[in-house]
Amino acid sequence: MSKKITRRAFAASSAAAAAVAGFGFKPALAQAYPARPVTVIVPWGAGGGTDATARIVAALLEKDLGQPFNVVNRTGGSGVVGHSAIATAQPDGYTIGMLTVEISMMHWQGLTELGPKSYTPLALMNEDPPGIQVSSGSPYKTVKELADAIKAAPAGKFKASGTGQGGIWHLALVGWMQAMGLAPNHVAWVPSNGAAPAMQDLAAGGLDLTTCSVPEARAIIEAGKARSLALMASARNPAFPDVPTLKEAMGIDYSTGAWRGIAGPKGLPADVASKLTAALKKVFDSKEFKDFMSNRGFGTVWGDATEFATFMDKGDAQMGVAMKAAGLSKA
Amino acid sequence: MLKTLIDAFALISTWEVIIAMFAASIYGLVIGSLPGLSATMATALLVPVTFYLSPIAAIATIVAASSMAIFSGDIPGALLRIPGTPASAAYADEAYAMTRKGEAELALGAGVWFSAVGGIAGTLSLMILAPPLAEIALSFSTFEYFWLAFLGLMCATLVARSSPVKAIAGMFIGLLVSCIGIENPGGVPRFTFGMTDLFGGIEPIPALVGVFAVAQVMRAMLTPEPPPIPRRKFGSIMAGQWRLTKKYHWQMTRGNIIGIIIGVLPGAGADMAAWVSYAMSKRFSKEPEKFGTGHVEGLVEAGASNNASIASGWVPSLLFGIPGDTIAAIAIGVLYMKGLNPGPTLFTEKASSMYAIYLMFIIANIIMIPFGIVMIRLASYVLRAPRSSVMPVIMLCCAVGSFAIGNNMFGVVTVATFGIIGYVMEENGYPVAAMVLGIVMGTMVEQAFVTSLIKSDGSILPFFERPIAAILAAMAIGALIWPVLVWVWRRLKGGAPAAASVR
Repeated sequence: MSKKITRRAFAASSAAAAAVAGFGFKPALAQAYPARPVTVIVPWGAGGGTDATARIVAALLEKDLGQPFNVVNRTGGSGVVGHSAIATAQPDGYTIGMLTVEISMMHWQGLTELGPKSYTPLALMNEDPPGIQVSSGSPYKTVKELADAIKAAPAGKFKASGTGQGGIWHLALVGWMQAMGLAPNHVAWVPSNGAAPAMQDLAAGGLDLTTCSVPEARAIIEAGKARSLALMASARNPAFPDVPTLKEAMGIDYSTGAWRGIAGPKGLPADVASKLTAALKKVFDSKEFKDFMSNRGFGTVWGDATEFATFMDKGDAQMGVAMKAAGLSKA
Repeated sequence: MLKTLIDAFALISTWEVIIAMFAASIYGLVIGSLPGLSATMATALLVPVTFYLSPIAAIATIVAASSMAIFSGDIPGALLRIPGTPASAAYADEAYAMTRKGEAELALGAGVWFSAVGGIAGTLSLMILAPPLAEIALSFSTFEYFWLAFLGLMCATLVARSSPVKAIAGMFIGLLVSCIGIENPGGVPRFTFGMTDLFGGIEPIPALVGVFAVAQVMRAMLTPEPPPIPRRKFGSIMAGQWRLTKKYHWQMTRGNIIGIIIGVLPGAGADMAAWVSYAMSKRFSKEPEKFGTGHVEGLVEAGASNNASIASGWVPSLLFGIPGDTIAAIAIGVLYMKGLNPGPTLFTEKASSMYAIYLMFIIANIIMIPFGIVMIRLASYVLRAPRSSVMPVIMLCCAVGSFAIGNNMFGVVTVATFGIIGYVMEENGYPVAAMVLGIVMGTMVEQAFVTSLIKSDGSILPFFERPIAAILAAMAIGALIWPVLVWVWRRLKGGAPAAASVR
């Protein structure tokens, strides 16, 4: 109840502030951000995982900051359109957006000029590492057995999938191959329209392994049609405690993942940025956000503005290496 | 079992669920019936609302809105020859021909009645046969999908009223359009001309809206007002449906079965079900010459088929989290969000919630009949309204709907471009429906073919080795060479003149 009153009070006071501003009596003090509704751009379609995450974050930001945070899906161009819309918006804090891992990949492919440096990072909210899945009929019980069989087989004999050509799970496979000292295309990549069709084809016997994230594979694993052998992460996933990390199972220290974070256009005023980062930290720590993410099976990882920037730079460099090795880079 | 059923009843008989279903049904009917707005969009726009609802009420809105929107996509198809969904595109010409003959109520009545029957048949299959149906879904690899999509493409020639050559040409234009973008197996931009907006390719919905709705408006501007349909009271909508059910019970059952099987296959869905069923209906009809002139038989089978596929499309979604179509993909997101995680445990540990979903499907399909009748009655005023006031409203809907797809002007430009393409094609006798089919199926054909070849290291043998693939291949090749055999046989017999079946 008390929350409700605060929110109402906040709304009233900011409405009053807006009214005052509208009549030209600009108060001497700088108007508190946010004074009007904020647009949150999502580069992917309504109903997907990124959209759902952005919507819960927006709803909680609205509760905290007392202004509507409207989610707008700017789809198209495999994410390029929405990511450009965030980067080219007015840097006044009234347009922010959700970045996804693709921002550190697309510029290597020559699809856009935009990269992590084109934004003011605000907060990293989520990361999902890839798993290594085989069908339940597969003879390989551990990732070590699978890796030995892959090493012994001629290049191209094993087929893997999980997403389209040059997508994040493709690069996860490339990175794993390189970490084992194999050629990046030693396991042939079969492009698919996302993780779900790949998991279905794995169960149908069309593939040897998939490298999508474990939450994406969860329903099929629980149906007993597939099993996860390892995670390419630095730690185990509490929702899947039996799946070891690559480091534990094979001594290979390789980790990557698909992530989502909030950012604004480059040159966001420092006070606005720090206010948003603080509000996002509250969102991240809230029970609603934690419950929502664990229901969807999404991993939660926090990074403040500086940590998010470093995280993106590191990921960007790692992607560049993997994409050049796989012959996917035009840069 | 009985106890779970009672629990399920208790779950859905709360005010929240009832109001949610009621409101979502009306919403779905309205969105689906507006030209330019699709069933998928109706469902996607509901997602933010489901945040504030209990799990069962949230699923109720998705179930009700999607079932209603797929049916009501038939309404503008029949009244204005502007199909609301790619699924209704298969038989929009036929339904419109019936309207011109003064049989709009029979066409739309068949739409609502056989949709409801199909929806209930699909739900029963979901209740009784979910595990075996799921096995079918999991036995389809890309080799099988290739043949399935190939068969789907062949429907273009069967469905079209124009010459088969022009139908194939239309289909190839569609295939060419489906090449645009970066979402191809190679991940390489094709035909994008450096435009970021074209990376995502051309979606079937804006193309459909353009070639049907915008082209229709353009034609209306250039042609004199057609003789008005005789003014008379709109007859009973349900009268005659029982007679049709008895007359075409075999077509209806076949439509249900085809719909259920195609619906279960992830990636196929309602669009393909409608096309395949309409084509089958024509192929096996005793009076195929009547097709295209306002004959109800194909509507019965295709209507029964596309709604059956909606419910069975939930089978792979609920068991494996693999979406059967775009609507199911959104529904999976809502299921996860509400803690009803897809998987076999949903059927055991949360059985009462599962039964509640079944019941909601059945209820949605039953209330579709009265709601549908009201909607049809309201929509029928469009036939009496002057064309000069209907056409601008359609244009407005198209512009708003196409903008809403990606919240940018690119969608509007796409729709306008396809309006011109559609107009030019129609004026020269090329069926635009065949082009839409090409766009819908093109990506699937290419994806399935290329990935299959990658998996088989370039060998085409596996396309014929796997048992289901072999059966589908035999059907496809049989259907392909059958007309040639007939032609050769006629030539050998002394060349009786071919029947003038071309319009």
